[in-house]
Amino acid sequence: MASSPSLGFVESSLSPISLRRPSWDGRFTVLILFLPPALMLFTLFVVLPIGEAAWYSAFNWNGFGKPTNWIGLDNYRFVLETRAFWLALRNNALIIAVSLLIQLPLALALALLLAERFRAAVALRMLFFLPYILAEIATGLIFSFVYDGDYGLVASIWRAFGAEAPHLLASTDTAMLAVLIVIVWKYFGFHMMLYIAALQGMDKNLIEAAQIDGATRPQVLRHVVIPTLYPTIRLSVFFAVVGSLQLFDLVMPLTRGGPADSSNTMVSFLYNNGISRMRVGYGSAIGVILFVICVTFAFTYKRWFVRDE
Amino acid sequence: MVMRLPEKLVLAAAAWLLALGAATADTTVKWLHIEANPAQVKIWEEVARAYEAVHPGVRIEMHFLENEAYKAKLPTILQSRDRPNIIYSWAGGVLKAQIEAGVLEDITDQVKGYGDTIAPAALAAFSRDGRVYGLPIALSQVGFLYNRDLMTKANVDAAAIKTWDDLLAAVRALKAAGVTPIVVGGADKWPLHFYWTHLAVRIGGKAAFDAALRGDNGGFAGETFQKSGELFKQLVDLQPFQNGFLGFKNPQAVGYFGDGKAAMSLAITTTYHLQRALAADKVGLGDDKIGWFDFPVVPGGKGEPTDTLGGITGWLVTKGSPKEAVAFLKFFISRDVQTRLAAGNFLIPVVKGAEAGLNNSFMKQIADNLSKSRYHQNFYDQSLGPSVGRVVNDVTAEIAGGSMSPQDAAKAIEAAWKQGN
Repeated sequence: MASSPSLGFVESSLSPISLRRPSWDGRFTVLILFLPPALMLFTLFVVLPIGEAAWYSAFNWNGFGKPTNWIGLDNYRFVLETRAFWLALRNNALIIAVSLLIQLPLALALALLLAERFRAAVALRMLFFLPYILAEIATGLIFSFVYDGDYGLVASIWRAFGAEAPHLLASTDTAMLAVLIVIVWKYFGFHMMLYIAALQGMDKNLIEAAQIDGATRPQVLRHVVIPTLYPTIRLSVFFAVVGSLQLFDLVMPLTRGGPADSSNTMVSFLYNNGISRMRVGYGSAIGVILFVICVTFAFTYKRWFVRDE
Repeated sequence: MVMRLPEKLVLAAAAWLLALGAATADTTVKWLHIEANPAQVKIWEEVARAYEAVHPGVRIEMHFLENEAYKAKLPTILQSRDRPNIIYSWAGGVLKAQIEAGVLEDITDQVKGYGDTIAPAALAAFSRDGRVYGLPIALSQVGFLYNRDLMTKANVDAAAIKTWDDLLAAVRALKAAGVTPIVVGGADKWPLHFYWTHLAVRIGGKAAFDAALRGDNGGFAGETFQKSGELFKQLVDLQPFQNGFLGFKNPQAVGYFGDGKAAMSLAITTTYHLQRALAADKVGLGDDKIGWFDFPVVPGGKGEPTDTLGGITGWLVTKGSPKEAVAFLKFFISRDVQTRLAAGNFLIPVVKGAEAGLNNSFMKQIADNLSKSRYHQNFYDQSLGPSVGRVVNDVTAEIAGGSMSPQDAAKAIEAAWKQGN
């Protein structure tokens, strides 16, 4: 600490913002001044709604007036007995799997190619990033036309080969696949950008040193580049998983979770069964379950993988 | 066709923005509707402007929401402070929930005397315990619309389709002739629930529905409702619907019918005119190209052949609305306006004497059907309330998609009915 001792000595007993060393008084004042607004906002908009949802989930309530019909844990039982809930959970798992196993490797591969400086690199980066900028609803609508079995792009490609075009979004077998393709298309650019940023911030000397030591290109990639990317990969995995759990606005314009709930995610299941049926208690129970899943994941992940940062 | 949905979204958004930006007069009556036929909305606009002209200081604002969006958003809209004053309703269990929640205005006293001009059965649908909460505007019936040319092409005589087996035979003949037999908006689910519910009306009649409401005979898991599912399954097994029907929203399906791409559509009477507006060429099928037959009977069924499934639609006044809202409704649902709407063949009127305006043989036939019907079953997804109603829609879509057996479907409805929320 570089402040002059005289200043610190004179003011320490009077000024809470002593420069000599932050005393308990100083920290206390800062707490008093800066904590309440944040704490209030957090309580008002985060803690209370969560508590409220937990409270509502114990009622059979249609959203009108005040909840009065206490049914305890029955809503949770109803949710767990619903086949569509397990389908939604399975779909979420599927989205996570596809994100981790297809989307992220694809993004990483493209990033490795495009992080280098060559003429088309910037243009290609922009191009791949473009889907991420599109609003989810717009993306969903665009792809609902692309997939349309009568007029869509997919249909005309199919017809060019003389086959009858399938209605991808209208079949329980293909609807989720169609949604997954859109998810990968929409979000890989975002992860690619994360990796490019990390690659450009990387110390090139490391690579040079490895090459001088005789490392081949794959070896450099495997033992130098990817290990230095680990923090970014961990971050990108976190985003991918949490984003997958929250996926909603792409699904609605594409399939609304149908047909026969085959493409519901947890959140669209919540919307279709809680909101549009005005079963607020039931919907809250779904919300609480989703919340528990998200929180468990977030904390476990942080504990296991990101503790050193 | 492809551009229809975004266009509509843009229009709806623009309408809201305009409404928000508009200067307010002394009293503003906000009127939320779901009418997608521009020709009818135009007449409504004229009526609203005419009312404003004779009632200075009152402004009638019209807002539009698409059918499914409207149903999903309504409960939230109703509890906002900025709720509209006049809202669309299909009566039934949804109305019951709204009345119990106290979000509607009791307009009994304001419509005293005036109420006598309306068909009693229609008014009763909007009353509860002798109190009136809304006014009916139109009746509708569900039945088969068909494309005359396509039926002729397959040598099917539509007038001869009287029983369920006749219908199945017609579907087979149409398929053999390379014609898509039936178009349906399966993504919206409710167009599919017409099959199941109308079969239930034919098989069990009024007695079965009332018994199910009481929980007798196994409730909705009982024999009538299982059999409805089984007969529906017979139809589904013939693959009568257009390719990708589970991905079609209703307006898309109506347009498809208007484009002349399918022979039949189990539809609400209003579709007769709506198909013109939603056809790709905006012309659709003319009067000489379109026909109607009532839903076929099921041999041995307890329902009368004259029983009908359909809607009783009307307008509700929300709690705390100015009395001008009711005054406007009375003006809107008057003999003059109803006659005019009937003359445009937009509706089967509810005001006595207005049916004289009907000048189209199709609409006259429907009006005649409805006047003969002694059991008019309201749409299940409305009469059973928002939650159970949607389960009915879900399970019928699942039967159609082949992912649920008729027995499980009936049990699912009964389970939802018992969960009761």
